[in-house]
Amino acid sequence: MSTVTTPVLEARNVTMRFGGLTAVRSVDFTVNAGEIVGLIGPNGAGKTTFFNCLTGLYVPTEGTVSYKGTVLPPKPHLVTQAGIARTFQNIRLFANMTVLENVLVGRHTRTKEGLWSALLRGPGFKKAEKASEERAMELLEFIGLEAKRDHLARNLPYGEQRKLEIARALASEPGLLLLDEPTAGMNPQETRATEELVFAIRDKGIAVLLIEHDMRFVFNLSDRVAVLVQGEKLVEGTSDVVQADERVIAAYLGEPFEGDPGASETAEVDAAEAQSTTSTKGEGQ
Amino acid sequence: MTDTTTRGLIPLPLAAARALLLAGGIATAASAFLAWTWTSEFPGDLTYTGYPGGLQWLTFIAGLLTTVFALAAYDVPGLRGLIPARNNAPLVLTALGGFGVTWYTVVSIAAELGGLANLEPGGWIAAIASLLPVIGAFALPEPRTSNTDALLKAYIAKPDNIPAPAPISPWVERAIITLATIVGLAVFTYGIDTEYGELFVGFLIVVVFAVWALHTAGLMDRFSRIVAHNRSFTLAMGFAAAIAFPFTQTDDHYANIGVNILIFGTVALGLNIVVGLAGLLDLGYVAFLGVGAYTAALVSGSEFSRFSGVHFPFWAAALAGAAASLIFGVLIGAPTLRLRGDYLAIVTLGFGEIFRIAVNNMDGESGPDITNGPNGIPSIPDLNFFGFNLGQAHDIAGFTIGRFANYYLLMVLIMAIVVLVYTRAADSRIGRSWIAIREDETAATAMGINGFRVKLIAFALGAALAGLAGTVSAHVTYSVVPTPYQFAGSTPPNSAFLLAAVVLGGMGTVAGPILGAALLYLLPEKLVFLQDKSLLAFGIALILLMRFRPEGIIANRRRQLEFHETGQLDVPETTTLTGEPAAVTKAGA
Ligand SMILES: Nc1ncnc2c1ncn2[C@@H]1O[C@H](COP(=O)(O)OP(=O)(O)OP(=O)(O)O)[C@@H](O)[C@H]1O
Ligand SMILES: [Mg+2]
Repeated sequence: MSTVTTPVLEARNVTMRFGGLTAVRSVDFTVNAGEIVGLIGPNGAGKTTFFNCLTGLYVPTEGTVSYKGTVLPPKPHLVTQAGIARTFQNIRLFANMTVLENVLVGRHTRTKEGLWSALLRGPGFKKAEKASEERAMELLEFIGLEAKRDHLARNLPYGEQRKLEIARALASEPGLLLLDEPTAGMNPQETRATEELVFAIRDKGIAVLLIEHDMRFVFNLSDRVAVLVQGEKLVEGTSDVVQADERVIAAYLGEPFEGDPGASETAEVDAAEAQSTTSTKGEGQ
Repeated sequence: MTDTTTRGLIPLPLAAARALLLAGGIATAASAFLAWTWTSEFPGDLTYTGYPGGLQWLTFIAGLLTTVFALAAYDVPGLRGLIPARNNAPLVLTALGGFGVTWYTVVSIAAELGGLANLEPGGWIAAIASLLPVIGAFALPEPRTSNTDALLKAYIAKPDNIPAPAPISPWVERAIITLATIVGLAVFTYGIDTEYGELFVGFLIVVVFAVWALHTAGLMDRFSRIVAHNRSFTLAMGFAAAIAFPFTQTDDHYANIGVNILIFGTVALGLNIVVGLAGLLDLGYVAFLGVGAYTAALVSGSEFSRFSGVHFPFWAAALAGAAASLIFGVLIGAPTLRLRGDYLAIVTLGFGEIFRIAVNNMDGESGPDITNGPNGIPSIPDLNFFGFNLGQAHDIAGFTIGRFANYYLLMVLIMAIVVLVYTRAADSRIGRSWIAIREDETAATAMGINGFRVKLIAFALGAALAGLAGTVSAHVTYSVVPTPYQFAGSTPPNSAFLLAAVVLGGMGTVAGPILGAALLYLLPEKLVFLQDKSLLAFGIALILLMRFRPEGIIANRRRQLEFHETGQLDVPETTTLTGEPAAVTKAGA
């Protein structure tokens, strides 16, 4: 990375406890400007919980999250206002709104027309609505859904719903985008397209933090990868370092996990390792 | 159609089925001209031969509709376009409508006068004649299915794919809207003016089946498409019709019903912002109407008011009522809107009752002396605009406009304001954030929406609109008392009825809550013979409607897709919407 590393996101000592269960334990974490960072870990490791702490959906039991140097209040709308946008592991679109309306809702923090201006409909209101719509259409073109602007979100195929969720998040003009399993349920072509999309987002100057179980996808994309196991950050480093780390492999083979899920995870790691020689070459760009 | 994979429920050849429909329709219409009973004791006087009375008119109209649809099924030129869907359902439904209203009448005669002996031969003929089209309709062939349930459904179903209409010129579209408005006004006026319960029931039977038939024929879809092209024209026509209503009335009593429907409908529309757009279940909404009414009563110069010296002009009283309601809304909303779903419903229910009980007790004995307790505030003076006293009848262009008609016209103005507020708010950044909150509150806050804030705005706006309607209602009824502002009762307005009006009419639409309010006001008003059973009947009707049409009578496009997965309306519609006007302008230029 040639750019000067200025941190966008800094999580300090983030801990999240649910009663007796500590889902996230003292995690320190940084994402720098222009970076794509991967967050991996076995099921139930606390990745989504960590995301929720970052975005204010959960109030961390301990620790602070800051964005570009200012500490964020644990309120989701303020976090988005500050410049962090996210998608959800289980798609959470506004199912009965159209594709365009979904993206327009994403523009909420970057527009300010209130009830009065909606009722009076002055020239300012019309201009703002038009500008919002244009911006939303640009984003729909960016992800390739412009032809479906008037479809209801619920009627989109699964892969397009995931894309729309990304467009909706981008509409808030974030400096950091959090993606929670963006390729879950996608076929290989769609996964590859998503990979391109994430690179394109980074090229717009937006840092990306993503959770993913598809190891090939993560190691291909990420400048850095962090591994979360049972709520604790186990390893952090470049793809090569993480893939070589024995503790990671052990964690995925994992004592706490037995039987099929663990086995399939190992297979994924193996597959990723088999790919690593080819994939790491394309990294430095 | 004669293909072996189709068959009728009743085994008859297709030609015979169609002939039965046509002949039966004509016979039904004709039978309305016979004498059905021998005594004028049955309301409407059905004893004349050669001139239909009361319910017989309804039978005549139903028979006529059946005949017209039967001719359309024969592909008679000019009528073919009446069934764009080319299905059997409109025939079945109009036949059922005629059968329903005729048999209802005949059975009522027998039941009320005590025996079948009270029927003249004409009554028997009408009963048989109206049965014929039903037999014919169910003999029409439908695709063969193994179970009768599915077959029966096929008879009343609207097909998913209706061929796209040929583009028509904007002038024809406007003519159609105008015609529909006139018919709508006529139907509505007829319904309000029905003089006895039996006639109203018959009216409902015919209207329900006729509208259902038009819907399954695909005509409603076509009409809403036309409306979509001419939104403001339709709105203007709607208001013209609303204004025209009192001029069609000779008895001010019906204008009274009209003004009450408008008040009820306006409040329902305000509630629609809260429930339909923002998805907040408010069970104490009628309290806001009460706040508005009490505020207006206090400051409008009633000698029984605590502030009897104060006499605001109407605009100031209206603003004061809306503002007081808004403040009350914020006071209730601020602590409760942090709750979700069921909790919010319970707490608003509680606050609604607190309002009524508090007003009941602020009589100087059990509380501060403000509202005169259960006696309320009587003798609220009539409004007077620049010397035009709304309390007196006036002659305008040869029409006598009575007291209630005056208030009715004022209420039309208020409703116009509320409709404007509703549509503008819904189609804006704030309206989208309400819908987003309704759809998924977590995702909405993660998109930067301050959930509490936008919910509070919805709540306060809804409250203010209800308060505004309340200020007029105080003047219309001369006095305000605590009793109407309760959670549930047998007459509107009460919170349960308001909510029912919104849900029944169609959440998130403009016309839905108004239509729902009209129905819910008219039912208890007209069906006095149900007396204490009216709430039971209302409950049953609501259950049936929610079972078979959960999106309400007028479906919001979103809602329709939500409840009927296969709809997929939006896909073809957008392509034609963009394609069509372009073709029209080309043709017109
Ligand atoms: N709201 C909550 N209340 C109680 N426990 C919770 C809550 N949210 C998460 N947990 C627990 O925290 C742990 C971490 O869950 P989390 O969803 O963050 O895992 P994850 O790493 O995202 O897993 P996956 O890969 O399956 O998505 C789990 O044991 C989960 O049951
Ligand atoms: Mg997760």
